[in-house]
Amino acid sequence: MVTKIGIYDLRFAYGGDTALKDVTLEVPAQAITVLFGPSRAGKSTLLRCVNRLNDLIEAIPITRSGEVLLDGKDVYAPDVDVTELRRRVGMVFALPLPLPMTVRQNVLYGQRMRGERNPARLNELLERSLLQAALWDEVKDRLDDPATRLSGGQQQRLCIARTLALEPEVILLDNPTSGLDPLSTAKVEASLRHLKEEYTIVMVPHSVQQAARVADVAAFLLGGELVEVGTGVQIFTRPQKKRTEDYVTGRFG
Amino acid sequence: MKRTGFSPQTTQRIAFAVLTVLAVVVVVPIVLVVLYIVVQGIGAINWEFLTRMPRGGMKEGGILPAIVGTVVLTFGTALVSIPLAVGAAIYLAEYARDNWLTQAIRLAIINLAGIPSVVYGLFGLGLFVLFLKLGTSIVAGSLTLGLMTVPVVISTAEEALLAVPQSFRVVSRSLGASRWQTIRHVVLPNALPGILTGVILGLERAAGETAPILFTVAAFYLPQLPSSPFDQTMALPYHLYVIATQVPGMPLRIQYGTALVLLLLVLGLDVTATVIRSRFRRRRQW
Repeated sequence: MVTKIGIYDLRFAYGGDTALKDVTLEVPAQAITVLFGPSRAGKSTLLRCVNRLNDLIEAIPITRSGEVLLDGKDVYAPDVDVTELRRRVGMVFALPLPLPMTVRQNVLYGQRMRGERNPARLNELLERSLLQAALWDEVKDRLDDPATRLSGGQQQRLCIARTLALEPEVILLDNPTSGLDPLSTAKVEASLRHLKEEYTIVMVPHSVQQAARVADVAAFLLGGELVEVGTGVQIFTRPQKKRTEDYVTGRFG
Repeated sequence: MKRTGFSPQTTQRIAFAVLTVLAVVVVVPIVLVVLYIVVQGIGAINWEFLTRMPRGGMKEGGILPAIVGTVVLTFGTALVSIPLAVGAAIYLAEYARDNWLTQAIRLAIINLAGIPSVVYGLFGLGLFVLFLKLGTSIVAGSLTLGLMTVPVVISTAEEALLAVPQSFRVVSRSLGASRWQTIRHVVLPNALPGILTGVILGLERAAGETAPILFTVAAFYLPQLPSSPFDQTMALPYHLYVIATQVPGMPLRIQYGTALVLLLLVLGLDVTATVIRSRFRRRRQW
């Protein structure tokens, strides 16, 4: 498998609070990599290091060392255009967070901001992204409605479509089904399985069960350390480390 | 705990009654003042009063030049204060880090808001009229009023900007938008009603001020309307002051009529603010 994202000796701290301790992880292209573990394991921090969303934190001083490579190039290198990086590495958040605009404007927001004006191209992106997120049939007649009128599950798929419309290479999903009912969750998981043929997907799952359902590669984090990484099947059936086994089997967490 | 005195229901009823009385007490003087001015002044209001120049030592004719002057000055104030104040508010809410410069700016704004308006008038006289040689003029008056309005608008605009959920900013940035694009396309549109409310409240105050225009623009009496921004102008608050205190034998009717027109102008701005706010609130989507 080709390594899409290479994370080497990544250490990250919010003030004096160390969130990641020398994490090394290679994320393969065109697969779903799942980062799982209890809260405060550093999963979200790790995700947000890849698209440099941690840069937005101003309240606390941040220290970081180690490397995050995308296609072998350090995303923290001084010549990296962060806005371009975030188009290549899209992100979906835990809560559906549509921007206060219409469905159409939400999906096309990223493309518009990058300066895409061609209406034919925008329309094509709109339809394709919504189809990929399994939302097109439900919203094709409501494209100019405010996005907040959609149901929670629809809003979350809208957010996925909005990320897909960036035409990213990597999609980061930070617990994307946390607020969703089982049916919507199943829809989102199905779209992810479909999307991995084209994209590199890194996901923080809602539960161990979800991790087991979708993971091609699974990485278990605990207290900022990467305990174990392996294929989904291996981690959830034959974990090598005691701590992984205890967590996977529900002995703690 | 030992229960004393009234039952919770009775206490609740008493509290409710007291609060209602207090709320009503606040409203009563406003209603009385407005009613009194309307009753006393409505007789003076007619087409001639609103559209003619004053005649006969201002005891007859209309107050057109004062109305025009106040409208022009309010517009000038908006021109000066909106870019300055909204720009500063965006800087403070979106860009400023918590350092000595920001603290100094905030301190300055608080102090500016506390300065009495007559001091602004003197400051305007010194800086704009004399030092910058703008003369007693609409420009000088607008600059003075604008400066006075800035702190009010900054505070409300900053509050409106900070009320836009932080998550919108994070989402926008995560989609590859720059900081400025995020402000321009997500933050500002959603903060606009709040900002406009602040602007209008500031302008209202400016429209009714006498002291800042006293030395910088206002004229006792002018036989014609101003024709350039460097002309003096009459204005409603100053005109009211003049006819109420400086002109012997002024009919009360005209004084109250003038007050009523000023009141209506300010109320008009108020209504505009309310309409804008409610229209946006209906559109608001979070």
